[in-house]
Amino acid sequence: MKRGNGFFIAGLALTCLLAALILLGFFWTPYDPNAMAAGPKFSAPSPAHWMGTDNFGRDIFSRVLQGAGTTAVIALATLAIGAVCGCLTGALTGYFGGPVDELLMRLNDGLTAFPSILLALVMISILEPGKKRSVILALGLVFIPGFARVTRTAFASLRDVNYIKSARLMGASGPRILAVHMLPNTLPVLLPALTIGFNNAVLAEASMSFLGIGVTPPDASLGYMLSEAQGMLFAAPWYAGGTGLVIVLMVFSVGLLGEGLRRDRGVL
Amino acid sequence: MLDIQDLHVRFLGREREAVAGVSLSIGEGEIVGLVGESGSGKTVTAMSVAGLLPRKQCDYSGKILLDGTDLLHADRESLRKIQGRDIGVVFQEPQTSLDPLMKIGPQVEEVLRIHTRLDRAERRRLAVEAMAAVELPEVEAVYKKYPHQLSGGMLQRAMIAAAVIAKPKLLLLDEPTTALDVTIQAQIIELLKKLNRESGVSMLFISHDLNVVRKLCGRVAVMQRGLLVEEGEAQEVFRHPRHPYTQRLIAAIPTRTRKGGEA
Amino acid sequence: MLMVSFLTFAAFSLISGDAAIAALGTSATPERLAALRAELGLDRPLLVRYGKWLLGFFTGDLGVSISYQQPVGELLAPKIRLTLWLSLVSFLLITAVSIPLGVLTAGRRRFEGTRTALNQLGMAVPPFFTGMLLSWVFGVGLKWFAPGQFPDAKEDFAGAAVYLLFAAAALSIPRIAMTVRMLRSTVQEELGKDYVRTAIARGNDRGQVLRRHVLKNALPPVVTFLAQTMAEIVAGSIVVEQVFVIPGLGRMLVSSIGGRDYPVVQAIVVILALWVVLAGTAADLINQRMDPRLRLGGAA
Repeated sequence: MKRGNGFFIAGLALTCLLAALILLGFFWTPYDPNAMAAGPKFSAPSPAHWMGTDNFGRDIFSRVLQGAGTTAVIALATLAIGAVCGCLTGALTGYFGGPVDELLMRLNDGLTAFPSILLALVMISILEPGKKRSVILALGLVFIPGFARVTRTAFASLRDVNYIKSARLMGASGPRILAVHMLPNTLPVLLPALTIGFNNAVLAEASMSFLGIGVTPPDASLGYMLSEAQGMLFAAPWYAGGTGLVIVLMVFSVGLLGEGLRRDRGVL
Repeated sequence: MLDIQDLHVRFLGREREAVAGVSLSIGEGEIVGLVGESGSGKTVTAMSVAGLLPRKQCDYSGKILLDGTDLLHADRESLRKIQGRDIGVVFQEPQTSLDPLMKIGPQVEEVLRIHTRLDRAERRRLAVEAMAAVELPEVEAVYKKYPHQLSGGMLQRAMIAAAVIAKPKLLLLDEPTTALDVTIQAQIIELLKKLNRESGVSMLFISHDLNVVRKLCGRVAVMQRGLLVEEGEAQEVFRHPRHPYTQRLIAAIPTRTRKGGEA
Repeated sequence: MLMVSFLTFAAFSLISGDAAIAALGTSATPERLAALRAELGLDRPLLVRYGKWLLGFFTGDLGVSISYQQPVGELLAPKIRLTLWLSLVSFLLITAVSIPLGVLTAGRRRFEGTRTALNQLGMAVPPFFTGMLLSWVFGVGLKWFAPGQFPDAKEDFAGAAVYLLFAAAALSIPRIAMTVRMLRSTVQEELGKDYVRTAIARGNDRGQVLRRHVLKNALPPVVTFLAQTMAEIVAGSIVVEQVFVIPGLGRMLVSSIGGRDYPVVQAIVVILALWVVLAGTAADLINQRMDPRLRLGGAA
């Protein structure tokens, strides 16, 4: 019984809108994001410059668009690593159980008790700080336990359910059971987890770039731009405003989407 | 004492009425059984009497008179005063129907706490008395235990104690023995009979188990899909069922008990 | 815990070769590098170094900061205090706001859409952004505090307190949203249970049902959640300290990572981890006390 609920629709619409804008930003921006003196320095938002200009006269809107693209790419890549590896391990251990499952769960408990940002910080300082791929790798690794746990719980709880048992009795092979029977039934839990993961990745990356340990120029992400903006809070508050707003919007729309997904399947 | 007059209940969003015009009376000291299959509306009827109907989610009409007061249309506050004091309820699953983090004693006393001004010692005394009356062994020890530490039968006795402690006019029992072993079932039935004899409390006993109803109830009412299809003295209804549905229900009882009469 | 500190140590040892270079500069001669390495004990096997470090940790000797040339313990002591204060204030703020909000609005269906949307919004706002907003509105605009200048508590206690409060507020907002949501769903779940029906049948009104029965049953997952909140606060404080320029542990951590000051980083990471683990253990203990079913030997 699919009802289009408000959250889902609103979330989907907003997300698609933002995605479209960001995609556009890869090919075209109103001004060259790095062009200094594209406009007068420190000018407030205006029809010519929707988010105003910064201390070098660069158009903030273009920069934000580009930064959003960077942030989005990083978040998606992180999600790819974390979700794929995590879900795979979780699915396998959850289905097969046994001592491996126990061990991994203990490990998982130990890791997830830890604030992910600390772990990520540690990892980044080992790899090359400032590079996109370090951030992606570090965050991706940090996210694996979370996804593993969610998937594992979902699969483990389905393991003993009647229709799975009967599938086994009928001789269905392991992979087939996993793919055909269990996966569709765990989707209601996994999909919202993906949206939450995306949001966490965006926020984590932004925080780290803000602190200067994430992405650094020339790969400017929204977090880094915010740290720049902090210095100009007096002179150009619209810099911080615009950048922050975009972050909030990204997380908000994906959050709504996740909320909608959760409700639509009635799993709340 | 209790007079249900033309009760109609329909849950919003559903086409069919859950209760489609039921009228039933219970006199003082009577034990009336309400039987029917799942979906017959017997539980909804009982919940309406207990004041547990989710009013905002239903269309309802009719009257439920308890000694003259209409429970169906009473305001929240008046209803609340009656719940527990004049009407006691016993539910089907004692393990989940009791607060798992509260000891048995205080739960038995709860009605007294809400509706009377008796002090702690007095409440405890009455609780112990009630628990003894329901034949709980080692009352003092059980008083201090938590629900998960007792068996289903003992918990159900405790629930009954909690429900009758304020000496209500009516005791509502919704499938109280369904979750119990057969031997325990028999004990609870005997207990209820005893309570009815000694205190004169009226009972509305809901069940889909005809055997149990036959052993306990004086009068029986049969419900099918929201309507009352038969009503009368228990023994009469069982021996000479008039409505085809009742006949089918009785025919479905395993042969042994049917022939024996008193099993 | 052990695992975490070992991992951190191992990780840093891998690159701690750089530490010597960083301290002396790239033009240092090989002999001087070797000498410094020996002095720092970098030439001994990994496990031995870890053992030494662990011993040192428990006796208060955390090594010497490479950048500051000070014993780490000394260096961190005042910062630990500050960050501790920030964490406590944030924690109190979160509990004080979310618990009433969460519990009282549970089960009420009106405005649910708006409520959820607001909730999502709250969760979407990163602490550093809120921090900047607050700084701008209250600091620059209303001049209730001077952003970037954290007053010394000994001189200006009220000023410091207000400053800390704003920082804590920035930190807390997303977590408040999450906690309210969690509380609502937990309480709502409890409200649907059978014993609530019994409580109503006995004549409890809504408030009584909540106070006498639901709250204590809803508590265990909430307590665990609050312990995790502590972990989140730790993470958030790192960022917030940066925004508000508060000289606490978080700022120290960031600058140390940048400066490759590994003893300091190691110590801070372990301290923070310890704090989180303590919170978790406390939560477990509380839950055990509260629920007799979790204690051993409870069943009949």
